[in-house]
Amino acid sequence: MKAGRVHRVSGPVLEVEGLTPEMLELVEVGEARLPGEVIALHNGRATVQVYAYTGGVRPGDVVTATGHPLRATLGPGLLGGIFDGMLRRLSGAAVLLGDGERPGTLDEVRRWAFTPVVSAGDEVTEGAVLGEVGETAAIVFRALVPPGVGGTLEWIAPEGEVTVVEPIARVGGTEVRLATAWPVRRARPVAERVRADVPLRTGQRALDLFFPVTRGGSAAVPGGFGTGKTVLLQQIAKWCDADVIVYVGCGERGNEMADVLEEIAGLEDPRTGRLLLDRTVLVANTSNMPVLAREASIYTGVTVAELYRDMGYDAVLIADSTSRWAEALREVSSRTGELPAEEGYPAGLASALAAFYERSGRVRTLAGADASVTIVGAVSPPGGDMTEPVGAHTRRFVRCVWSLDADLAYARHYPAVSWSDSSSRDVERVAEWHATSHDPQWAARREHALRLLSDADRLESIAQLVGAGSLPDRERVTMLAGRLLREGVLQQSSLSANDAYCPPGKQQALLELVLDVYERCRALVEGGAPAARVEELDLSAVTRARETAAPDDPEAVAEIAARVLASLGELE
Amino acid sequence: MSPRAPLEYSSVTSIDGPLLVVEGVRDVGWDEVVAIRLDSGETRHGVVLEASGHVAVVQVFEGTTGLGLDGVRVSFGGGPMRVPVGAAWLGRVCDGRGEPLDGGPSVLGTELRPIGGRPINPAERVTPGDPILTGVSVVDGLATLVRGQKLPIFSAGGLPHLELAAQIAAQATVRDEPFAVVFAAMGVTNADASTMRERLELREEGDLVLVLNTADDPLVERITAPRVALTVAEHLAFDLGRHVLVVMADMTSYCEAVREVSASRGEIPSRRGYPGYLYSDLASIYERAGRIRGGAGSLTQVPVLTMPGGDITHPVPDLTGYITEGQVVLSHELHVRGVYPPFDPLRSLSRLQRLGAGRGKTRDDHLEVSAQLYALVAEARRVADLAEVVGADALSAAELAFLRFVEAFEANFVHQGIEEERSLEATLDRAWRVASTLPRRELTMVSTEALEAHYVEDAGGSEGPSG
Repeated sequence: MKAGRVHRVSGPVLEVEGLTPEMLELVEVGEARLPGEVIALHNGRATVQVYAYTGGVRPGDVVTATGHPLRATLGPGLLGGIFDGMLRRLSGAAVLLGDGERPGTLDEVRRWAFTPVVSAGDEVTEGAVLGEVGETAAIVFRALVPPGVGGTLEWIAPEGEVTVVEPIARVGGTEVRLATAWPVRRARPVAERVRADVPLRTGQRALDLFFPVTRGGSAAVPGGFGTGKTVLLQQIAKWCDADVIVYVGCGERGNEMADVLEEIAGLEDPRTGRLLLDRTVLVANTSNMPVLAREASIYTGVTVAELYRDMGYDAVLIADSTSRWAEALREVSSRTGELPAEEGYPAGLASALAAFYERSGRVRTLAGADASVTIVGAVSPPGGDMTEPVGAHTRRFVRCVWSLDADLAYARHYPAVSWSDSSSRDVERVAEWHATSHDPQWAARREHALRLLSDADRLESIAQLVGAGSLPDRERVTMLAGRLLREGVLQQSSLSANDAYCPPGKQQALLELVLDVYERCRALVEGGAPAARVEELDLSAVTRARETAAPDDPEAVAEIAARVLASLGELE
Repeated sequence: MSPRAPLEYSSVTSIDGPLLVVEGVRDVGWDEVVAIRLDSGETRHGVVLEASGHVAVVQVFEGTTGLGLDGVRVSFGGGPMRVPVGAAWLGRVCDGRGEPLDGGPSVLGTELRPIGGRPINPAERVTPGDPILTGVSVVDGLATLVRGQKLPIFSAGGLPHLELAAQIAAQATVRDEPFAVVFAAMGVTNADASTMRERLELREEGDLVLVLNTADDPLVERITAPRVALTVAEHLAFDLGRHVLVVMADMTSYCEAVREVSASRGEIPSRRGYPGYLYSDLASIYERAGRIRGGAGSLTQVPVLTMPGGDITHPVPDLTGYITEGQVVLSHELHVRGVYPPFDPLRSLSRLQRLGAGRGKTRDDHLEVSAQLYALVAEARRVADLAEVVGADALSAAELAFLRFVEAFEANFVHQGIEEERSLEATLDRAWRVASTLPRRELTMVSTEALEAHYVEDAGGSEGPSG
C-alpha cells in the first residue's frame, strides 16, 4: 500500500507529500484513518479533503492510499438500516460520533439463506441474476453479475447459508460475493432508458391528482422553513407505492431522523401488510456531521437506489435537503480556493444538480427487467427566496415542482402544496396512462378543478376589496367550489388514520364528490336560488368525507355524495 | 491533555492583521489552542489556522495590537480548547472561556472535554417527549417546550427578549426530576448582564451555571461561550442524568463574531457577508440538543436572537429556523400595546408540541385548546383586516365577537407579569376562559367532551338558554 506524509493542514484540506495517488482516490489519514479524497495533484503534492474533523492532524502524519475512489459497499442488510453519508452503519456506532473505529456498511458475520437461480456452465452477462437472498420480508435481494464481468459461470454456491464476504460464484475468472463496491459518483449502467409513463402513487391527493410524478421521474419540493417540507417528504416515504425507499437526511435535524426511524419502524405498508422499515434504507448525515460526508450522502443514496433498480425494483430516492448538499459543495469549494459564481456557489453547481437528477429514470436493466429510480429532492431556499441559485437551477432539471407556500402553511393548510406555483411535465403521460387503464375522465377532472381553484383565488382577492356580497351569484358559487376543493380534497391530515394515505380510488371519489356538489349548486343558482342560501348550506359532510371514509372505501365517499346531492335536490 | 512538555517558541517571523506566523515548530496540529505571552506579562489566546511543515499560522483572538516580532513567546496546547466538566459547575459564574467570574477558584472537573463536542449519532437519539414547564402561559400553552428540543426566541431590538429569556430560565421546572439551567450570554451589555444575574438569583442555589460574555469582552469569547456552556451542559445531561435547559442570548451577536473572524481570515463571504459555513456552524451548536438512548437526562435549548431590522429572512433567523424545531416570535406591535410577553401567535409554533403535551404529558385537552386558540387568532386577524377596509360598523355580530376575543386573549392569556409564574392548570384554564368569550359553535377544533368539560358559561360567549 502506498503511503505519504501530511505537509500542510488547514481545516479539512491537507497537502500530502510522497504519495502519487489518482484524482478522487480515497486516502486514509493518520492513526485514526480519517477518510479523505484527492482533489488536486501538482508538483508531487496531493491536495486531500478529509471527511471528518481534522483537529489534531499534524504535518508528518502518515497518509495511505487505498487504490480506489470513494465507494459504497452494497449488499443485503441495507434495508431497515441507518447509515451515515459514506454508508457506514450508524446502529452499533458510538453514541457520540468521532471516536475510534467505525463499523462498516454490512454485517460480515450474519449468514443469509442463498438460493442460486443459474447453474454452473451457463453463460451469464453483466447484470444477470445469479441467485436470491430473502433480505427482508418485503424484498428479495438479487445477487447480480457485477457490471463489466461476464462469461461462463464456472462455479456457483449451492443452496445454503453464506455471509456477504464469502464467494457465491465465479464468472469468467472473477469471484462474485453478495457484497460489492461501487464508486458513488458514477451512475450504475443500464441496458437503456425507457419512457417513464406510469404514475408513482404518493398517496397525497395534492400531488397525485394535480401534479403527478412518474416512476422514473424527478420532483423538487421547494419551501421555506415551517412550510411542512419534511412532513410531506416523510408522508411520501411512508405511503408511496414504490418497492424500495432510500431516505437521505442530508444536513437536516437529528431529532427528525430519530422520528422518521421510530415512525417507519412501527408502520405497515397498506398494500403488502409488511413493515415499512423492511423496504426503507435511511442515510442520515445530519447538519452537525462532517460536511464532506454530507456532500457525498446524496450520491451514496442514489447509488443504493440504483442497486435495487438493477435488481428489477422501482426505487425512490428522497433527499432532504438538496440545498444543504449544495451548501456543502460551496463550503468545500471555498476552502480549496475555487472561484465562486452565484452567491458563493461554485460554477459547477448547475451541472452537478443536472447530473444528480439525471440519475433518475425508468430503465431496462442489464438483466432485461423494467425498473426505475425516482428522485424527490427538497429545496430550502434561504429567506424563502425562490430565485436563489439552487432552487432556480433545480427547477430547470426536474419533471415536477411541488412548491410549498408559506401563506398556506400559516393558515394551517397542509400539505401546503401551492396549486398556482406547482407544475408537472408528466401530466399528459399520466393522463394517457389513466385513459388507457381505467379512468378516461382523469385529465378533464384535473383541469376543471384547477380552473375552479384559480378562478376562486382571483374572485377572493376581489371579494376582499368589495365584499363577497357584491359579486354575482354564479361567482359566489365558484368561490364556494374553491373552498370545498381546498378543504375537502387538497388538505390532507398526516396525523389522521383515515386521511394520512389516500389510494387512487378514494382520491377519484373525493374529487368527483366536490365537483358534483359544485355542479348541483351552480344549477341551483342558475335556476334562481339566491347564492346566500347556497352558501349557508351545511356542506361539512363534503369537507369531512376524507376523514370519515376509510382509505380503501371509496364507496363510503359515494354514499356521502348521494346523500348530499339528494339533500341539495330537495332545495329545487 | 497532551503528554508533551509545553514548549515556548519565540520565533515569530511575521504578523499580518490578526495572524501570527511562527517558524521552527514541531508537532503542532490544526485547531490547537495557543497561548501568546508578552514581555509585559499579558497573555493572549489564539488557535492554529494552518500547520505546514515547521511553520504554524496562528490567529490571535484578542488582536495583534502591541505585538512585535520580538518579546513574544508562543506555546501550543496540544489540542483543541477544552474545559473541565462536572457537577462542580453548578452554582458557578464564568466568562466565555470558562474562567471563574464569581471570585471562586477554577472549576475542578472530573475530566477535560473539547468544547466543540461531537455529533450525536442519529441512530442513538430518542425522540423528544415530556414538557419543560416555564410558567409562561404563551410558551406552556401554545408553544410547549419539549425536553430535547431547540426552540428559539426570535426578537428585534427594543423588545423584552432578555427579560423573557431570564424569566424562562428562572422559572423552568421538570417537576420531580433533577434539573439544571445553563445560561450563556453573548455580547450583552453590562447593564443587561447584571439585571439577568439578579433575575436568575430567583432560582434555588445549585442548579444554575452562568457563562457571561459582555459586549466589551473579547470577541472570540462570544464564539467559545455557547460551546463552553453546551460542553458543561452535555455532561450534566448525558453523564449525570439531569434535564438541562440551555438558554443562549444573543445568537445574533454570536453570528456577528463568526462573521468578523471569517472576514479577518479573508474567507469568501456568502449572504450579507456571513461565511458560507454559517449553517454548519450554527448546526454544530443547535444539534447538541437532544436525548440519547439509555441516558436519563436531556439537553434542551432556548436560543435568543434579534432579527436585524425585524427581518425574519435575515441569514441568522433564517438559518436558525431551518435547524431548530419551531420558534417563538416577539412582535413590536404587541409590545407597543404594552403586552408582555409580546408573543406573535401567527408566526410562532413549537413543532414538537404534540410530543410533549396532551394526554399523559400535560392535560388531556391541552393540544385541542391550543390548536383552537391558534385558529381563533388567525380568524380574528382576518376579521381585523376586514375591519380596516370596510370599517367595524360593517361587521356582523359574529365577526365583532372575534375582535372582543382577541382583546381578551391578549389581556388575559398572553399578558402576564415579568415575575409571575403560572401553573399549567392556570394557563389552560385561562385558555378556555378566553376561548369561551366566543359562542360554542365557533370552537370547531375541540371535541364535544372537551367543550362540555371546560367551556366557561359566564365568559361572555355563551348565548344562554334563551339564545
